[in-house]
Amino acid sequence: MKFHKRRPTALAALALTATFAFAGCGGDDGGDGGSAGGSGGGELSITMLPKNLGNPYFDTSTDGAEAAAEEIGADLEEVGPETASPDAQVSYINTVAQQGQDALILSANDPDALCDAIDEARSADVKVVTFDADTNPECRDLFVNQATAEGIAAKQLELISEQIGGEGEIAILSAAANATNQNAWIEMMETELAENPDYANIELVDTVYGDDEDQKSFDQTEALLQNHPDLKGIISPTTVGIAAAARYLSDSEYKGKVALTGLGTPNQMREYVENGTVEAFALWNPEDLGALATYAAAALANGDISGEEGDTFEAGDLGEFTVDADGVVLLGEPFTFNADNIGDFDF
Amino acid sequence: MTTPRRSSSPLRSPEPREDPGQMSHTDVERPGSGPQAAPDVSTGEALLVEPSRLSPTRRALTSVLRSRELSIFLVLVAVVVLATTKNSSFLFSADGWRNFLLNPSILLLLAVGQGVVIITRNVDLSVGSVMALTAYLTGRLFIEQPNLPIVAVVAACLLLGAVLGLVNGVLVAYGKVPALVITLGTMYIFRGIMLTWAGSDRINAGDMPREFLSLGTQTVLGIPLLTIVAVLVLAAVGYYLHTARGGRELYAIGSDPDAAVLYGLPVRRRLLAAFVLSGALAGLAGALYTARYGTVSSSVGNGIELQAVAAAVIGGIAIFGGSGTVWGAAIGAFLLITINRALPSLGIEDFWQRAVVGVLILGAIVLDRVLARRQARKLAESRDHA
Repeated sequence: MKFHKRRPTALAALALTATFAFAGCGGDDGGDGGSAGGSGGGELSITMLPKNLGNPYFDTSTDGAEAAAEEIGADLEEVGPETASPDAQVSYINTVAQQGQDALILSANDPDALCDAIDEARSADVKVVTFDADTNPECRDLFVNQATAEGIAAKQLELISEQIGGEGEIAILSAAANATNQNAWIEMMETELAENPDYANIELVDTVYGDDEDQKSFDQTEALLQNHPDLKGIISPTTVGIAAAARYLSDSEYKGKVALTGLGTPNQMREYVENGTVEAFALWNPEDLGALATYAAAALANGDISGEEGDTFEAGDLGEFTVDADGVVLLGEPFTFNADNIGDFDF
Repeated sequence: MTTPRRSSSPLRSPEPREDPGQMSHTDVERPGSGPQAAPDVSTGEALLVEPSRLSPTRRALTSVLRSRELSIFLVLVAVVVLATTKNSSFLFSADGWRNFLLNPSILLLLAVGQGVVIITRNVDLSVGSVMALTAYLTGRLFIEQPNLPIVAVVAACLLLGAVLGLVNGVLVAYGKVPALVITLGTMYIFRGIMLTWAGSDRINAGDMPREFLSLGTQTVLGIPLLTIVAVLVLAAVGYYLHTARGGRELYAIGSDPDAAVLYGLPVRRRLLAAFVLSGALAGLAGALYTARYGTVSSSVGNGIELQAVAAAVIGGIAIFGGSGTVWGAAIGAFLLITINRALPSLGIEDFWQRAVVGVLILGAIVLDRVLARRQARKLAESRDHA
C-alpha cells in the first residue's frame, strides 16, 4: 500500500521543527503518480482512481477490480487523493494521459470539473470508464452504474415500509446538502411516496444532513428523534449516516421502536443488525462494481465494444451486460443485507 | 512569545488582567516598589488595592455574582429553559437528560486542557489530532489484543496523549516559537501520522468489546459515566489552578511571561506541564469518543480544537492569558454543545447555529474588553485618590 512510504516522511518531520511540517504534508500529494511506469507490451494497463484513498468502500471496489484484472491478464494500479475534492483528481488524470495508460476507471468527485482533464486523456487514446459517481455523459466512454436512482429509492422505501408496517412518520438522514447522489435518491423517494398508493400512509416529515461525519450524523439523529416524537422510521442513504444513526439508536430509548434502514456496509452495520437495532439495509456489492468496471474498461480498450447503446460484453462470473442509453451499464438491483446473510460479507 | 512588548501588542490591555474574584490572591501592590520590597503597609503610603473589609462570605458572594462564569451560566440556563418549554423532551425524557449531560463531556475535557494552556498565554491547536490518534489507538488495541482490560487501554490513551503534549510543550518552551505556530504544525503532523497509521482501516462498533461501548452511555444514579469522569477532571484541575502554587504561577506566566522569567518562576516546567495536561486530556477524550460513538474514521476530531478554544474564550478565559477559570471553560463547552442541540429544536437552520457560536465568541471578547477597561479605570481612580 502506498501509505507505508509516507511514514518515514511524517516521523522525520516530527523530529524537525514546525516549519518542516508543511513540507512533509505537502509532499504527500504528488507522490503517488510516479510509480506507475509505462504500459509496456501487450498487457492492458488500467488505472483505478477512486474518490479518495482510505475509504473502505473504494478499497472493496478496488479488490474486485484487481481480481477481475488478474482474470483478464491486465495490469491494474490504484492511485488517488486523500480527500475527495474534484481538483485533487485532476493531477492523477493528467498523469494517466501522460503515461499513455490503456484505460482509466474513476469515481468522479464532480460531474463537470474533471471534464477538461478527461478530454485530454481520451485524446491520448485512454478509454475512460466511470463507476459509482458519473461525470457528464459526453466526457466519458462508459458509466458503470451501481444501481439506478429509481432502484435505490424504491428499495429503501420498500424496506422502511416493511419495517414500520406501512404507516407512520419517517425522516431522512442524508450526507451533505449538495451531495448529488443522495439528492437524486431523495427526490425519487419523495415522488414515489407521493404517487405510490402503497405508501399513502407514510409521511416524510424531515430531511437532515450529517455531512458524512460520524459525530454530526449522530447529533442529527438525536435531533430528529427529539423533534419528531411520533417518528416511526429513518432512512439514511449514506454509509456513514446509517452507522452513526444505528449507534445512537442502539443506546437510546428508541431502540426497536424506531426503524432504521438505508445504504450501509456489512462491517459497519454488523453490530447493530446482530443486536436488533437494524432489521435490514441495502447496498450493492462494491466488489462486483469494481470488477464490472474493469471488465468494461478492458472490453473498450481491446476494441470489443465501442460504448454504443446495445453493445454487449462478458464480465466473468457476473455474466453478460448490455450498454444502455448514454453509455450506462447497470450492475443490477440493490442487495438487501439482514441478520441471515450479513455473516457472509466482509467489507 | 518571548518578547511580548506591551506597546507592540495593541490587543492586549496594559493593565494587570485579574478577575475581581481573584483579587484576594494578588499580593498587595505598591507603586514604585518591587516584589522584593517588604510588605510594609502601615506607613503613610497608600495601597493601590486595599484588603477587602467585607466578610469572606460577602466577598465570595459578590465575586460569584460579578464573575464571567455566572453570566455564561445564566445564558446556558436560558437556552435550556427556552428549548425545554418548546419541547419538554429536550430535558425531561430519559434520552434528553442523558444527552444534556453526556454530549458536552468530551468537549469539556478538551476545553479544560485548552483553558490551562490559554491561561499561560499559549494555545494548543493539536488537540483534535491527538484525540484522533488516541481514538484510533483505542480501536486498534481492542482489535489486536481483545483481552486487554479497558483500564489499560484508557491508560495507554492518556499516556500517548501526554507524550504528544510533551512534544508540543518542549517545542514551545525550549524552541521559543509561538505556540500557535508549533501546535498548528503538530496538528498537521499528528493528523498525518493518524492517516498513515489508519490507512484504509476504519474502526467499527463490532470491533470493540460491548462492555467498552456501553461505558459510553452508562449512567450512575442518572448521571452518565463520561460526564462524571469529565467533572472529576474539571474539579481537580480547577482546584489546582485556584489554590496550588503551581496553578497560580500559570496565571502569572500568562499575565506577563517576561516578568515571570525575571521573577524566577519555573516557566519552562510549568509550560511543559500545561501542554502535557492538555495532551493527556485530549488522549482521554479520544478514548471516550470511541466509547461514545463506536466508530473511528480519519475525520475524528476535525475542527474540535477550535471548538475547545471557543469554549474557553466564551467561558471567560482571556485569549492573551492570565485570566479566567476552567470552570468558565467547562460552562462554555456546555453552552456550545447545548446550543447546537437546542437550535434544531427551535427550528433554526444549520447556518444560524454556526453564526450563533460566532456571536457568542465576539460577545465574550467584547465583554472581556469592557470588563478590563472598567478594571483599569478603578485602579487608576484608587491611585489618584492616594
